[in-house]
Parts: sequence; C-alpha cells; structure tokens
Amino acid sequence: MLAEQAQLPANESDLRHKAQRDIFHRRFSAEPHAVRGALRASVARFARQISQEEAGALELVLAEVLNNIVEHSYAGGSEGVISLSIVRDLSGLSCAISDDGVPLPEGCLTPPNLPEIAVATAQLPEGGFGWYLIHDLTQDLGYRREDKQNLLAFRLPIGAPQNC
Amino acid sequence: MKLTAEASGGALVVSLGEARLDAAIAIQFKDRMREMLLQPSPRVVLDLSGVGFLDSSGLGAIVSVMKGLGPERKLELRGLTPNVEKVFRLTRMDSVFSIQPQAHQSGLRDAG
Repeated sequence: MLAEQAQLPANESDLRHKAQRDIFHRRFSAEPHAVRGALRASVARFARQISQEEAGALELVLAEVLNNIVEHSYAGGSEGVISLSIVRDLSGLSCAISDDGVPLPEGCLTPPNLPEIAVATAQLPEGGFGWYLIHDLTQDLGYRREDKQNLLAFRLPIGAPQNC
Repeated sequence: MKLTAEASGGALVVSLGEARLDAAIAIQFKDRMREMLLQPSPRVVLDLSGVGFLDSSGLGAIVSVMKGLGPERKLELRGLTPNVEKVFRLTRMDSVFSIQPQAHQSGLRDAG
C-alpha cells in the first residue's frame, strides 16, 4: 500500500509541471519563418532532457518534414496551417505533424536511397536528401490521410533521461 | 544576410555570418554567393564556423554554388560545426567536398 502511494505524484501542480515539460504542441503558418520559430521552440522545450546531438537530430528531422509541407503540401501557396505535437516518453520523442495540404505522394514513405553522388560535379544532386534524412533518423514512420488532412508520425530514439 | 569575402592565401574566403543555413535563406544564399563569386579566384573557401544548423535546402544551396563555379574552380569548406558536419556525413556529401579539418578541437576533454 505504502509503496503504491509513494509512486503517485505529490499533487496536481507537480503533474501539471511534468506535462508542460514532456509535451510540446504548436500550430503555426506554413511559411519558412514560422517554421524557424516552431523549431526553435520545440528544441528549447526538450533541450534539458536530451543530448546536444539528439537535439540536432530533432531539429533536422522536424525541419525536413516542415519544409516539405511548406514547399510541397501547400506548394508555397495560400496560407496553410501546420500542427506539431511532440511527446517525451521513456525511450524517445513521439512526433506528430498534420496539415491540410495536398496528399503526400506514396513514394515518400518508402525508405529512399541516397541520390547518386559519384558523378561529375555538374551532375551533382541539389535535392532528394530530405526524405532520406527523415527515414534515416526516425523510427516507426507512419502516414495517414483522413478528412483532407495529412498526418505524419514518427519516433526519435532518445537515450535515458538525463539528470539536470 | 551576412556574407563577407576576403582574399587570403591565394583563396577567396567567404564567411557566412548566419546561425542557420536553411530553407528560409537558401535561395538568397545562392544568389548572393553567385554575385560574390564573380570575383576571379581559383580557390574559394566557404567558412561555416558561425553556422549551427544546416538542412537539406541549405545543403542543396551549397551544392548549387559549387556547380556554379565550373570545373576549373574548387569550393572548399571549413569550420563545420557538429550539426552541420553531421548533415554532410549522413548524406555522404562529405566525400564530394573538400572539407578542411577544424583548427581547434574544442570539446575534447580528458574525462580521466
């Protein structure tokens, strides 16, 4: 009995504090400077709980996903809104991103090969790295199209919680 | 965008004074670099020591700048911070560019 009680949070304020530390949610317009702001805020939220390298991977993956939405899903056109949620759990960060743009092409969900780089300088690829990086750095990448919305979800593995 | 160029040791050294080379400034970066590289210099060094974040749009812009130099001129990179170096490594682009080793190895400490 006593042991069970000891595992319960001391009070509601502790619970709220924990939720604020472990969950990030933001809605923002699909344009590059708003994306920058969301990236900065999401990395800042988890900065004390993850290593610098993990923070770098988080920012890179989110940047690739969000840039794709700005450039392709909304095609740089009319004002779109992106919703980003991140939840910290014991083994990583679960991320979910939704938008109301055009459906994601099916090919994006297949892990791609790197573009061919053993070529003459003039033929070097300038794109095609984004989805490679997303697949390379994430786990359990999943996609759903529902009610004219795109929902992309994935996990970023993170080491054991750090004591700060 | 903060981009400065100076001639040094037979090379044109261009320093990017932006914390991020990302989708928000990639096109502007390409355009400004193209203007700067009108100055004739066989070697061009791009100093990225102030850049803490690079995404695939920024990487594509750097590739584009190198292609714009043509076959006779080389683009060398220096001052890659850890996050930037990682993007080059993950995409294997570290094998395409000539990357100067870091002058100081900061962060290496003897834990013992």
